[in-house]
Amino acid sequence: METKKRIAVSEKIYTGPANIITPLGFSTDGNFNKLLSGESAISRHENSWMPHPYFASVIDEVLLDKAFADVSADANFTKLEKMMILALQPAVAQSGSGLNKKTAFILSTTKGNITALEQHDVEKATLHQLAKTIAGFFKFQSEPIVISNACVSGIMAMSVAKRLMQSGMYDDAFVVAGDLVSEFVLSGFNSFQAMSDAPCKPYSKNRTGVTLGEAAAAVYLTKEKTKASAEILGDGSINDANHISGPSRTGEGLFLSVESALKEANISSEKIGFISAHGTATPFNDEMEAIAFNRLSLGQIPLHSLKGYYGHTLGASGLLEAVIGIEAMNRGKLIASAGFDEIGVSENINVIAQNADADIDYFLKTASGFGGCNTAVVFGKVI
Amino acid sequence: MEALKQELKEKIIAVLNLEDITPADIANDAPLFGEGLSLDSIDALELIVLLDKDYGIKLTDPKEGKAIFQSIDTMADYVTTHRTK
Amino acid sequence: MGTSLYIENYCIIESGKILLDGVEVFSSDADSFADFSKEALRHFTIQYPKFFKMDHLSKLAFLGSELLLKDLSGKENTALLFANASSSLDTDINYQSSISDKENYFPSPAVFVYTLPNICLGEISIRHQLKTENSFFIFGAFNPEFMFGYAENLIQTQKAQRVLCGWTELLGDEYKAFLYVVSKDGKIAHTIENLKALYEN
Repeated sequence: METKKRIAVSEKIYTGPANIITPLGFSTDGNFNKLLSGESAISRHENSWMPHPYFASVIDEVLLDKAFADVSADANFTKLEKMMILALQPAVAQSGSGLNKKTAFILSTTKGNITALEQHDVEKATLHQLAKTIAGFFKFQSEPIVISNACVSGIMAMSVAKRLMQSGMYDDAFVVAGDLVSEFVLSGFNSFQAMSDAPCKPYSKNRTGVTLGEAAAAVYLTKEKTKASAEILGDGSINDANHISGPSRTGEGLFLSVESALKEANISSEKIGFISAHGTATPFNDEMEAIAFNRLSLGQIPLHSLKGYYGHTLGASGLLEAVIGIEAMNRGKLIASAGFDEIGVSENINVIAQNADADIDYFLKTASGFGGCNTAVVFGKVI
Repeated sequence: MEALKQELKEKIIAVLNLEDITPADIANDAPLFGEGLSLDSIDALELIVLLDKDYGIKLTDPKEGKAIFQSIDTMADYVTTHRTK
Repeated sequence: MGTSLYIENYCIIESGKILLDGVEVFSSDADSFADFSKEALRHFTIQYPKFFKMDHLSKLAFLGSELLLKDLSGKENTALLFANASSSLDTDINYQSSISDKENYFPSPAVFVYTLPNICLGEISIRHQLKTENSFFIFGAFNPEFMFGYAENLIQTQKAQRVLCGWTELLGDEYKAFLYVVSKDGKIAHTIENLKALYEN
């Protein structure tokens, strides 16, 4: 029982080995190269899940099963579980972690195995059960921690891992995030009249809404600099206290979250090399972000949303986009915001229209979601 | 028309969970949004579902709802001319 | 050992009863959670029409937080740290039934929005105007070690001055809520042992 306090706020927490599973590929490298060539995973679908054709970014199950066969012969996993295991597998293998009780396992998702409810399998749809299944595969020893905090879940998971490690509760951590495209979420977003009738176009004048997607991402967090890909410098997750589905018109929660993250990171806003923003392409979200970034004097900082490549992968999006952000920082690349043409927000923001090279020391990842939640994390290059 | 207006009020109260409000509290020409019933954007989307479910009217643009859901009067007019069931 | 943080007040909602700081303040014979929560709202004369639009998980979290926060002064920087075992499954099941019959297919946005457990944090934040840190976790059972560690961290790193912690478990008509405020003031020491004891009551 550890009731003893250990305050070590200055202890550095790093991201280490990571991997992402998306329709564009099952490795970070593979994905990044596709992004550089401007490839999008969004395609048109027509099936019983929706009363009309829709656009989504969906992982091919044949390819997934083929890749999964290389790590396990057990076929009793759901699509989401296979994605999460494939995401974690190289991160675990390369981590050198002892996988003991002081290794945290954090799983982030919005809906997990929600499709199990179609067969009335409530047990299977339980998020703790999903976490136990994944933890069992890798023989993680600690009690799994599940985060389900709408669309900020993925990036919040990284912030939570960092805090738990800094407080001394854990020495290292594995964070995995994943969500699927399902009839459940498609019908829900459709009932909100929030679905785009074309591949989504974040920040563009003619944007009409969200394109959904599916992905999994995993990251190892460590205190050892030799394993590090980036340093997590500061974070904040502050609520709008405004509306349960609509974002704040003033971007208050996002503003406060970024302010909190920058304060902890102790860097001024002009040092940020780029912003990996949320950019769902709904009229209100993108406008809210533009307002918040201007209030923070971040209007001139190059910014993109990756939703034009992957769609909105819900609880996976924040972690997926952070992994790509780290790769972009280390390779010195500004990735274009896919689907962007003519600016369609009232405040000035610097949306990246073309891929470009740049020296990047820091980047900011943000996300916002239902329930008025927001998360911001500042990453820095390992020097 | 009066019967339809009464029916709409009852349905709105039920669908939007307007506790402690009776049909008599809703004037035919009073604004549904803004002050008064203090309905919000999710309520507007729920009313779109109501039109579809009970009257067979499909609205695909939420902006259309603004004019239709101004008051019970405007809603009843719209339902009368567009209903398919 | 020891700690400089305290449990300022706490609330338990379970089996038709509400206990505040260990004292029963309300009980009801209502069979369903819907009726029980409505009676409780009336009993405490809470005027809040939005309550009736919430799903059951949000109603449970709202009631507990209302009783703990209503008389608290200087609550602006109170973070929300909530967890449960069933996430939003109660509403997920409800929503799933609205899309399973293609002949009667009318997905409801007002139901769908509650298919996320953190919506209850949004409801509490709106009610008490808390523009603060908030997060929702899921565990197999009440996890005092985690709740203790994360709440301590939020205050020590100055991300919050107080933390409203909540275990808000609800599925069907089975429910148990244990909410408490962690701060620098209070009589009960903020320890894992005390959290366990209060949860078991």
